[in-house]
Amino acid sequence: MSNSLHPEGPYARRMIDKLTAAFTPELLELKDDSHKHAGHSDRIAALGPSGHAPVDGAGETHFRLTLVSTAFAGKSRVERQRMVYDLLRDELKERVHALALTIRAPGE
Amino acid sequence: MSDNPLFQQIQAEVDANPVLLFMKGSAMFPQCGFSAAVVQVLNHFGVKYKTVNILENDDMRQGLKEYSSWPTFPQLYVKGEFVGGCDIVREMAASGDLAKLFEEKGVEMGQ
Repeated sequence: MSNSLHPEGPYARRMIDKLTAAFTPELLELKDDSHKHAGHSDRIAALGPSGHAPVDGAGETHFRLTLVSTAFAGKSRVERQRMVYDLLRDELKERVHALALTIRAPGE
Repeated sequence: MSDNPLFQQIQAEVDANPVLLFMKGSAMFPQCGFSAAVVQVLNHFGVKYKTVNILENDDMRQGLKEYSSWPTFPQLYVKGEFVGGCDIVREMAASGDLAKLFEEKGVEMGQ
């Protein structure tokens, strides 16, 4: 498998490890986009206690993930994303505020 | 489907609105880029839709995560069926699958 991008933070590491173990992906690309969203931390904080993961400017809040794996063959778009969300439930709860997903089976 | 009154309330919203978007903010003032993107897609297709601002109702926000088995927002429902969030809606819009879905479900476009 090829990991063309490896953000180095602990949450990125955790997610990559879990995704690799669960799906043995042919392609796994994880990009940390947090810096693009640093500006709206104030706005989110202003929304009050919303159960939101922290957006504190320290990064690791907004990611884009591309996954290609045979595990997704024959699954609907919703099923595929649920598989990933379920696997990364803790990371989403603790810190990761946004995870944009592109999920494919090989050959799609 | 459930005795949970919150689920019944969500179910009633879903049943009453052929195209329903649970989002952060309103269609006029989205408070999140992903919600804004789905509003744009719906506007582009010219379908009639209702939005619910989940930032104004934390119970519903938490309940929806369970109801839809989906941890994030926005969440789009069409004729009672959960379609997905921003990634899926954008992908379906680009591939033509969203237009197909609206057609199949009898949702008028181009209004």
